[in-house]
Amino acid sequence: MATTKNEIDFLLHLADNALIIGHRNSEWCGHGPILEQDIAITNIALDYIGQARNVYQHAAELINQHADTIQLTQTGKDISLPVTEDSLAYLRDVVEFKNLLITEIPNGDWAQTTLRLFLLSQFQLELFNQLLKHEDPQVAAIVEKSIKEISYHVKWSQDWVLRLGDGTEESKRRMQNAIDAIWAFTGELFIQPEYATAACLNYAAIQTAWNQKVSAIFEEAGLVIPAKTFVQKGGAIGMHTEHLGYILAEMQYLQRAYPNSEW
Amino acid sequence: MEQDFEKIFQDKVDREIRIEPKDWMPEKYRQTLIRQISQHAHSEIIGMLPEGNWITRAPSLRRKAILLAKVQDEAGHGLYLYSAAETLGITRDQMYEQLHTGKAKYSSIFNYPTLSWADMGVIGWLVDGAAIMNQVPLCRTSFGPYARAMVRVCKEESFHQRQGFEILYVLSKGTEAQRRMAQDAINRWWWPSLMMFGPKDDESPNTIQSMKWKIKRFSNDELRQKFVDVCAEQVKVLGFTLPDKDLKWNEERGHYDFGEINWDEFWQVVQGNGPCNKERLDARKKAWEEGAWVRDAALAYANKKAKQKQAAA
Repeated sequence: MATTKNEIDFLLHLADNALIIGHRNSEWCGHGPILEQDIAITNIALDYIGQARNVYQHAAELINQHADTIQLTQTGKDISLPVTEDSLAYLRDVVEFKNLLITEIPNGDWAQTTLRLFLLSQFQLELFNQLLKHEDPQVAAIVEKSIKEISYHVKWSQDWVLRLGDGTEESKRRMQNAIDAIWAFTGELFIQPEYATAACLNYAAIQTAWNQKVSAIFEEAGLVIPAKTFVQKGGAIGMHTEHLGYILAEMQYLQRAYPNSEW
Repeated sequence: MEQDFEKIFQDKVDREIRIEPKDWMPEKYRQTLIRQISQHAHSEIIGMLPEGNWITRAPSLRRKAILLAKVQDEAGHGLYLYSAAETLGITRDQMYEQLHTGKAKYSSIFNYPTLSWADMGVIGWLVDGAAIMNQVPLCRTSFGPYARAMVRVCKEESFHQRQGFEILYVLSKGTEAQRRMAQDAINRWWWPSLMMFGPKDDESPNTIQSMKWKIKRFSNDELRQKFVDVCAEQVKVLGFTLPDKDLKWNEERGHYDFGEINWDEFWQVVQGNGPCNKERLDARKKAWEEGAWVRDAALAYANKKAKQKQAAA
């Protein structure tokens, strides 16, 4: 049973990452710096919401199958059964969310938004490639579909890191500021959560590959990795920044204000 | 000479042959099209804002995904329409400039606020519904690039309208609070939707020339009547009402009679005094101004890369 509980928590971790980064990117919709890029970032947001749905749906299936033996929430105020993708997204509170902190910090400017996506999607690409070998074929199938999208997110965001890093003086300064602001949140990417017990996972290998790719792009763009930073962590186990509460207050408002309604 | 060209041009239009960008056209025709197409493009872009307002608050993941896709479609429509207008000899940046300085207009409907989730349903049903009524005839408009852009726009708009109606249908089967939310949204959006067809025919100075050039195929009042007739029936399916005590089937005319539109409100909003005129324009200006350094960087980078490529060749 511990295996199933771990798998569910890990799925929630993946789905929460996708939902929260999707939410942040969707905030750009209608406000992007270039019309084509507004479309691109909205499309990326849509990809992430789609991924979140696939993963929540599978998590919900497992939770409903094992409902008698699994305590879903830490607060003990369980969501009513059967759980759905929407009850998982809309009725859990901050401490129950398992997304990485890097997904929830505010968008900042275009440099910060694209850099965050680059650092995260590069990590997701490595992680998902390992998950292709997950023993649950449903997880492998979801991940396979996501990899196609994530590969595009990597390409798109990497192009922006290069363009801004090697564009004008101002864009370089902004991109370097973004790195300085976000870097503290990258350490958490490589801390293997206790529930990430699938045999196919190797976080050390993810970190090595990520470091190589990120350094290469930074070098090409003339950007510098901060020498020493403290690692901000805790998202994956429900210890978040103050920002997540506001995201959820906004996202969950209708479900909370009009409980038990169909939409 | 000019007269011969004009005759050939009108002859083509009369025979339903599309006018293409390189063909000779009267200057007034070109200017009218630039005004109309850019106004339409701006409406798509400004139109992203009232709906974008609910993306982060959509009540289910499915609704969130649909709304995101819909607003993204609108950005896409803006893009084809700007491209169609560019074939007439104006740049996208010039059109933005006209929007930001208030020289160019956009559909006034987007100057109304979206106050509840039901507004997403009503915008799809009424606003996109009215837009389709206006736009389907434009698929046969005389200027080729505009007509072709409109074919694609209309296909997507009809999907938008159905999803809007479906949002309302679900609300109509929902709780008392949801039904109230939906009726309230219909009450707020009905009259502004009727205003989307523009002033009454006798106060629409451009109509006659535009009809002759087949830029326009039906008059404002004809389209408005058609819209009222359709909505008066559809609202019955939802079990809601339209906020017009004079709305009544007229057997003799074969149409619904409806009440007088508040034209004072219409002109006020056109002149910039609607509830959200300032917010909408400010949001667009802010996106444009704050995006300047991004566009500059992209251009500088592209130039650098092009030079490097040249040097290597």
